[in-house]
Amino acid sequence: MTNVWTITWRELKAYFVSPLAYILSAAFLALSGVFFAFDITYGRQASMQNSLVTVIFIFLILAPALTMRLLAEEQRMGTLELLLTSPLHDWQVVVGKFLGSFILFAVMLVAPMLYYVLILTVFGPPDYGPLATGYLGLLLLGASFLSIGVFASSLTQNQVIAFFVGEVVAIIMWVADAFGGLLGSGAAADALNYLVITRHYRDLMRGVVDTTDVVYALSVIAVSLFLATQVLQTRRWR
Amino acid sequence: MPDDVSPRAATIQVQNLTKVYGYTEALRDVSFDVGKGEVLGFLGPNGAGKTTTMRILTGFMPPSSGTARVAGYDVFYDSIEVRKRIGYLPETVPLYTEMSVWDYLDFAARLRGVAQRDQAIERAMEMTNIGDKADTLIGKLSKGYRQRVGIAQAVVHNPEVLILDEPTIGLDPKQIIEIRNLIKSLAGDHTVILSTHILPEVSQICSRVLIINEGKIVAEDTPARLAARVRGAEHVYLQVAKPAPEIPAEIEKVQGVLGVQAKDAAAGVYEIETTPNTDRRADIAALAVQRGWGLLELRPVSLSLEEVFLKLTTTEEEAA
Repeated sequence: MTNVWTITWRELKAYFVSPLAYILSAAFLALSGVFFAFDITYGRQASMQNSLVTVIFIFLILAPALTMRLLAEEQRMGTLELLLTSPLHDWQVVVGKFLGSFILFAVMLVAPMLYYVLILTVFGPPDYGPLATGYLGLLLLGASFLSIGVFASSLTQNQVIAFFVGEVVAIIMWVADAFGGLLGSGAAADALNYLVITRHYRDLMRGVVDTTDVVYALSVIAVSLFLATQVLQTRRWR
Repeated sequence: MPDDVSPRAATIQVQNLTKVYGYTEALRDVSFDVGKGEVLGFLGPNGAGKTTTMRILTGFMPPSSGTARVAGYDVFYDSIEVRKRIGYLPETVPLYTEMSVWDYLDFAARLRGVAQRDQAIERAMEMTNIGDKADTLIGKLSKGYRQRVGIAQAVVHNPEVLILDEPTIGLDPKQIIEIRNLIKSLAGDHTVILSTHILPEVSQICSRVLIINEGKIVAEDTPARLAARVRGAEHVYLQVAKPAPEIPAEIEKVQGVLGVQAKDAAAGVYEIETTPNTDRRADIAALAVQRGWGLLELRPVSLSLEEVFLKLTTTEEEAA
């Protein structure tokens, strides 16, 4: 675990010396703030159900920008050779990098959003249950997008390519049920319907913590990080 | 598991290593041993397989076939154990330009699980003479400093084995001397493998040289013996004041002389080849004096490592 933390800590410091973290955080908070304001003004409800769905979508767009550098830059700069010849396992590199982006996401993006809860109290006592599960959902799904981004970043030396690959995979998972709808019914349609991200989010928004939803997010993370590790390992064979 | 330890207890044992990339064979059946405390030099043209060999030893990539052991551990099956014992400077120095020198070395030390990091970092910075740059961002450093930070990273955990891929590239002459002295000082306690293009470097710091060409080892010996072996015969340089057409034939009559070549007949310069391990200079000098050629210069010609290298790695067609 020390090895993972070494990687994570370096990654966090790297985020803060580049303007990227600040710009992304500002963009994210500005956009989510705008949508929150609309939602409060037109919805007239002391709840954040709609805002959080919008927030997830904004984050889907921004997440690959947070992760595109992680492994692509190591490959381009040759620093991957340092990591892969140090006494740590490939998965520790991948998990360390993922945790770096996740901590940044939780601290810079999600934590400031607690401020919206304060604003809601102005209008009346909000229902804290759905809010808490809503935030839990935000963290889980954010982590899913980030893990997909880490996988995309393992594929290439080019950050721009990593960004777009991450983006496309995440968007496809966002709308997977549309493909499921095309297929009508059957196992393939069920699988596609299961994959779709928004579906798992709806219950959490309502304040219901369904284990399948948590398992869904955790399995997306596990599979993405596993694939990223495999890609790193194949680098050794080339 | 450290089994199959040879009686010499070589720190690095490489057996029949082959590496294939697609259809190209980067390494073909390479075998060699490196004893504890030895400094082994890898010499060879670009693309000869030096970097590939080093990458296999450091666990960066597996061999296609063959085995390699470092300190008794297999580089493939016990990769982590091997990596703990190796300090590696890759060809492209792996630096994070946004970090300060100290932070970078701290990161490298953490990766290797160094217990007392501050002392280890200070020692590595002192060894590589970068103590004054601890707080400088690596991105702001000159090429020479970056190279030394790369070496500091490789020695920070005081590894048993050091593998340096072109350690002196990009350094100025003064820095080159410093790094060579550093490597020399590490020999004995550490086993070192380094690759280089600079041939005098090999004769200065390596106890043994391995010349690789097209993925195969073409020669392995001490720098001095290698030069002697390739030479095959002794060469003598002769210059006389009064050149004459009969001089080559006259000298060839001296016992032990194999052949005479007029290098620059007008200037009276000849190269004389004699049987190995003999010195015929006294006889040749006596002859020159006796015939009144006006002896100006007579000295043995030693083949430089450059020539050895070219002889071993260049085929006849390429040389023509």
